[in-house]
Amino acid sequence: MNDPVAKSELLTSREMALFVARGFLRFDGLVPAALNKDFMAAILAGEVASHPPGTPLADCYQGCAPIRSLLQLPRVRGIIQSLVGAAPTFDHHAIHHCPPRQTRAQDTHADSIIDTRRGAFDIQIMYYPHEVTRDMGGTRYIPGSHFRRINEMAIARYQNILGQQHVVCPAGTLLVMHHGIWHGGGCNQSDESRYMLKIRLNPTCRQTLLWNTDDLVEASVGPNAIFDADAYRHTDRVQTIFERPEKWFPLDESRLETVNRIRFWRYLVGDASFDSHYWLTRVENFSDREQSGCDQSG
Amino acid sequence: MSDNAITGSAPGKGLRQQILMLYSRSSALDSDVVGWAFYDGTGATLHYAGDQDEAPFATGLAAMQAGWRVLQVSQLQAAMPGAEYDTSYLPFEIMLEQMVGMDEGRG
Repeated sequence: MNDPVAKSELLTSREMALFVARGFLRFDGLVPAALNKDFMAAILAGEVASHPPGTPLADCYQGCAPIRSLLQLPRVRGIIQSLVGAAPTFDHHAIHHCPPRQTRAQDTHADSIIDTRRGAFDIQIMYYPHEVTRDMGGTRYIPGSHFRRINEMAIARYQNILGQQHVVCPAGTLLVMHHGIWHGGGCNQSDESRYMLKIRLNPTCRQTLLWNTDDLVEASVGPNAIFDADAYRHTDRVQTIFERPEKWFPLDESRLETVNRIRFWRYLVGDASFDSHYWLTRVENFSDREQSGCDQSG
Repeated sequence: MSDNAITGSAPGKGLRQQILMLYSRSSALDSDVVGWAFYDGTGATLHYAGDQDEAPFATGLAAMQAGWRVLQVSQLQAAMPGAEYDTSYLPFEIMLEQMVGMDEGRG
């Protein structure tokens, strides 16, 4: 499990920018069918044991071949390494089973408690071992909600939010989420049980430049001028991705979310001067506290 | 107040309250709705997380024009020093009600 991951399996800078902006990455049908089948058999046989929190991931699932094989898939290793490093630790896992013909859904929430970290982050890997149809509910999540400092179920009142996503996917799909994403289990109105495995992973290193950075310089090009229309035409640029609001963002908070994205990106690239459309550079101008260029005494 | 005064209303008769929570894009009541929830005191309908992807009203004002009464709107909050860029709960909540007879509950 500790062999080097090929660079081609790592995330790109653009994928990382999307993770920063929206708080998730989705990989449809990534896990092979045979592995999905073996994992379902392991679930139904009760063979998926957990581990103490803090256990190195490399030491986990020795007795569960399907999950071990899943975590050894080159692309899965590349995704994990790009986000939380090559040696993450196991936090916890949960096997979510939604029985058929439910009449309501799990309320929207964020996991754990208020997390005051601004840079370091955990990931939650959601693994869907079988096809999930719309009437099976799927996991519901709110793109771009991961920076919001709310406490767990306090947001249960928010039944619906514009732009909410429902995971409808083929078997073998992975949804990789920032720990702060608002989500909840959808209402399973079908006649079939729905299963999903969630694994939370913690980093053990500073999460800076862990991905394939070959495209970093090319992708990170600021606009020549603020509100430069040309910048918005290049939709795959990091700065353009950070300027794109979610449908539900309150008008007065859209730019604040861009600021949160900029600050998160600064941590990830190790560059405290990174900016997009001058939002932070402007308010970090403390020229009144320093030797002024306006000094005319000389 | 006895327990009966709280719980003893005759089921199936009289008026019941329906609560509609709308979350708007700005503090203006005629700004777009970006979140919503519905709680039906008649028991005729049950709404839950993720059950609708389209808002029942485009704006709070549209709900008022349809007969909903505004009970409460969020106060505008100054940013906490040191946390000016933090975001948290949805800031613009409009709580509305309508009273309906038990024979006309709707969702």
